[in-house]
Amino acid sequence: MGFLDIDNVTKSYGAVEVLHRVDIDVQEGEFLVLVGPSGCGKSTLLNMIAGLEGITSGEIRIKDRVMNGVHPSKRNIAMVFQSYALYPNMTVGQNITFGLEMHGTPKDEREKAMKQVAELLQIETLLSRKPGQLSGGQRQRVAMGRALVRNPDVFLFDEPLSNLDAKLRVDMRTEIKKLHQRLGTTIVYVTHDQIEAMTLSTRIAVMYNGYVQQQGTPKEIYDTPSNLFVATFMGSPAMNVLPARVIESGGDLAAEITDSDGKPVHLRFPKSNTALKAYAGQSIVLGIRPEAITDPEGADRNAQVVESLTNLVSVTEPAGSDTFVTTMLSGKDCIARMRADASVEAGKPFTFAVNMDKAVAFDPKTEERIA
Amino acid sequence: MAGASTDTAIRTSAPVRVLIYLLLILFALFYLLPLFVMSINSVKPLGEITGGNMIALPTVWTLDPWRSAWSTAQIGVEPTGLKPYFMNSILMALPAVLLSTFFGALNGYVLTKWSFRGDKILFGLLLFSCFIPFQIVLIPMARLLGLMGLAGSTPGLVLVHFVYGIGFTTLYFRNYYAAFPTELVRAAQIDGAGFFRIFWRILLPSSGPIIAVSFIWQFTNIWNDFLFGASFADLDSMPMTVALNNLVSSSTGVKEYNVHFAGAIMAAAPTLLVYIVAGRYFVRGLMAGSVKG
Repeated sequence: MGFLDIDNVTKSYGAVEVLHRVDIDVQEGEFLVLVGPSGCGKSTLLNMIAGLEGITSGEIRIKDRVMNGVHPSKRNIAMVFQSYALYPNMTVGQNITFGLEMHGTPKDEREKAMKQVAELLQIETLLSRKPGQLSGGQRQRVAMGRALVRNPDVFLFDEPLSNLDAKLRVDMRTEIKKLHQRLGTTIVYVTHDQIEAMTLSTRIAVMYNGYVQQQGTPKEIYDTPSNLFVATFMGSPAMNVLPARVIESGGDLAAEITDSDGKPVHLRFPKSNTALKAYAGQSIVLGIRPEAITDPEGADRNAQVVESLTNLVSVTEPAGSDTFVTTMLSGKDCIARMRADASVEAGKPFTFAVNMDKAVAFDPKTEERIA
Repeated sequence: MAGASTDTAIRTSAPVRVLIYLLLILFALFYLLPLFVMSINSVKPLGEITGGNMIALPTVWTLDPWRSAWSTAQIGVEPTGLKPYFMNSILMALPAVLLSTFFGALNGYVLTKWSFRGDKILFGLLLFSCFIPFQIVLIPMARLLGLMGLAGSTPGLVLVHFVYGIGFTTLYFRNYYAAFPTELVRAAQIDGAGFFRIFWRILLPSSGPIIAVSFIWQFTNIWNDFLFGASFADLDSMPMTVALNNLVSSSTGVKEYNVHFAGAIMAAAPTLLVYIVAGRYFVRGLMAGSVKG
């Protein structure tokens, strides 16, 4: 029993089922991020929690109270919309207190609550302005203020940062995280941006095609993705996925890939990875995060198995904080993330260190992780 | 939403500018000429019109034709002037305009924000009412008004114009509200506002331009309507347009052209006034709602 239970929920439009048996429990104070590409059903699920869309089957409960069929205003939730949805004809102050007014809160209490929230979000000076006179970041704050003032059980955020420019987005992201840490509220947050998902959440549900592909902490999702979709969707640059074959050499299991000259190269797996035994002699998909391929000096000293491999560098992209190096492995472009001052040159061979502790293997047919 | 930028004109050189202005002034004069003729002839004694030039300024200025048209001219059999009929028109037009605008707004709100099965078909049918010619409904409407006991009364005319107007006003408001963000309605729902509260507090306050469009369109049409007025009104509920016709086309006595001109200006004045007061909203509303007038 969680604080917010999404219990076997499905959603159909006519004969088309768009959400399939979604099962998520959110504990009090958790920050759950629903992440996935557009059309995956994450916003639909959020709207169902809000009560803006009906539930075809299954149950949604908040604090053990069944919410199916309950009007949005009676669920004690608040929502921040992508477009902020500030009422254009009202001042910021009126926008913030509209919900309280609708719930019959007396005027002096409304004023007090508004002042508190305005102070918290540092928008005291904006209270008498109209939304049209505010900048994007200010509108964002007002929208959050409108949600906060109601003191709801659950906050729902629908891609709240996607209308902001890149710099402001990072600032507001930090601010939302601070707010969550300070207030300890339960939040469900929808985004298609996997970086937002990683940085903000205490728990992530990765969605695709109406299915929850995987649920877990950001670290679980990142390090042990349950399938190829999750593996490639989460992380930027994306995880390198290489066709490989499992071979046994000297008691160790290794992945056989080809280098830029087409010659086979063996990368040993750590001994702890026993599930791969069943795949000896068969082909797999090998997944290696860019940061697990480095120059030898930058390799993780605590890793059990670091393999080195000399290969031709095709492109280097210095990004200031890191240098991204592209090299061809198993016929695919493979990205390595190096320290900024690693001395790599395009068109020359370079010795890469591959941290095999972080490598994951997938079944090429089911695309599930082999573990 | 209604923030059409004004500074989108193409820059032109001075001679082109002069040419453009000359042309515009020429057109303005052309369109103002009838009003000019009406105005000067309404302040002339009758003799100056029958015996001289219609275009000339009056040699003797007089407001007698206006007084006569307003309060003493023979309308049909009664020498009442146009005054009572002016009031009839106002009593007919204002309620009909307000009712049709309000219900058009409500329809637009429901059709865009509370979509239901068959709403598109319903809207199509409502739209169809814009294309029904007045003449077709005359006889059924007369029968209906008779059954309702509203025949020959101002409330009867209000009903006719209100019903006829709903198609247009629904079209205006539907198109306007289609561009109104639905997220605002959802936010208001979560805030706890109900169906009518969302309408009053969120949608209507943001509908200024389209209310102006609806008001101007409806007022002009209803005020200027002749057919319904002539068909469904009694002597004591006759609107201005019908009374003006009776004044001008009376077959006995001398044709008092100066009085006729004054009466015609009186009949046209309210719509003119509405355009002057709310005209800028009209253009803005047409742009915002992407409505063709």
